[in-house]
Amino acid sequence: MRVRSLLLLSLLLVLLLPALHSALRGPGLRVATTTSLYDTGLLEELARVYREGGGGRVAFLPVGTGQAFLQARRGEADLLLVHAPAQEVEFMREGWGENRSVVACNFFVLVGPPQDPAGVENHPPLQALSRIAGAAGEGRARWVSRGDLSGTHLRERELWEEAGYDPENLRKEGWYLETGAGMGQTLLVASEKGAYTLSDLGTFLTYLRKGLVNLKVLVRGGKELLNVYSAIPVNPERVRGVDGEGARRFLEFLLSEEGQRTIGEFGVGRYGEPLFLPAARILGENSDPQLASWIREVALLEG
Amino acid sequence: MLDIVLRSLWISGTATLLATAWGLPLALLLGLREFRGRRALLSLFHTLMGLPTVTLGLLLFLLLSSRGPLGPLHLLYTPWAMILGQALLVTPIVVTFLCEALERVDPALRDLARTLGASERQASLAVLGEARRGAVLAVLASFNRAVSELGVAMMLGGNLHGYTRVMTTAIALETARGEILLSLQLAAVLLALVFSLNLAVNLLGRR
Repeated sequence: MRVRSLLLLSLLLVLLLPALHSALRGPGLRVATTTSLYDTGLLEELARVYREGGGGRVAFLPVGTGQAFLQARRGEADLLLVHAPAQEVEFMREGWGENRSVVACNFFVLVGPPQDPAGVENHPPLQALSRIAGAAGEGRARWVSRGDLSGTHLRERELWEEAGYDPENLRKEGWYLETGAGMGQTLLVASEKGAYTLSDLGTFLTYLRKGLVNLKVLVRGGKELLNVYSAIPVNPERVRGVDGEGARRFLEFLLSEEGQRTIGEFGVGRYGEPLFLPAARILGENSDPQLASWIREVALLEG
Repeated sequence: MLDIVLRSLWISGTATLLATAWGLPLALLLGLREFRGRRALLSLFHTLMGLPTVTLGLLLFLLLSSRGPLGPLHLLYTPWAMILGQALLVTPIVVTFLCEALERVDPALRDLARTLGASERQASLAVLGEARRGAVLAVLASFNRAVSELGVAMMLGGNLHGYTRVMTTAIALETARGEILLSLQLAAVLLALVFSLNLAVNLLGRR
């Protein structure tokens, strides 16, 4: 009996060894990022290319944008990869970050039920929002908001403001739903309720391809919908215990020819179109002057 | 914040009542009768106590979503879906704990009741009366699990503001937003609530 329990115990230990091993080894470079970026799979792909080029291991912490900034301030992350320009500028001004570089961009999309009850298809973004609000007032449409202060939610609020609506007032409307959840969950709610919402392209295509949502891209493109991702290495002089050297090297890789190519080609095989544009290269080469100036404007790079 | 707390209470409370309503007959059957497969059924309920909340959430999501078999009911992302999900989630707890309590009652009591002319049903009720402390614990444990779980509430409720947002989903949201203080406050309220409820029940039970 004793021998058998000992055997069982040692078997259990052997089974737990891999978990123990990885627990002791540590996560590698810690990158705090937003769920919408992580869910596309781009980051895992970048980490794979980086590791195969001898760059070491990278671990991602997919959290809400607010939480990502908090983790960086508390020294729980070495690098930030986010898309909330106003907060990034604030973060830099307070001295938490070393520097800020634009690494990738894409466009948000306005999605909604295929029947498009508010008739917004191919309208400019702000006009589309007005039409949705108008139709919603007559009970013909609904809007689903992320409501979680994520980068996507902040943009959504900016868009409503630019269209002439006060987001705080909208919250009181019966047709304005707030999920307070990730992009994927929000898309599911929008699909279920036959509502419109703002989404990043990557998450939307992922859910569409899996047949999870009955929604359609109705408005895309334009400066208002440009979505810019920036990388910020956490300042090791300000925050203790941060791997400043590792963060710098991974950022160099992201901005390199190889990193930008990986970003620009990601998703072509699976979705038939790239999910991201190599923003650093576009800025560096000025190959598309209009897009480059949009990126600079949206990312608040000037001033 | 108050509306979130109240919503948590009524959703999880209703779910617990529902689970008790269909769990009680099951427990009486499993705890007091002998039949083939009884042990197997009990083990099944033991196992289901370890079912991850998100797994149950996912299964019900597939059932209730507009493309699922129960889609026409339009239950997904409503409080009703949360009640259904949490009730199913805590059913194994109700059944297992109740059975345990019923089995611990001296079998002689039932025989005695029957010799005194009680029907099968009356005899069962007598045993249940004897096991009431265990029964209260079963209901309490179920409510605690229901009110503190996140997976079902998030996947079936959708955390909609002013409609399906409960304490656990609000805590998850405020954490994601980086509003740690608010998160901790909500967690403190949740704990205080569960604590006072347990205290009240214990005090009442001691008398």
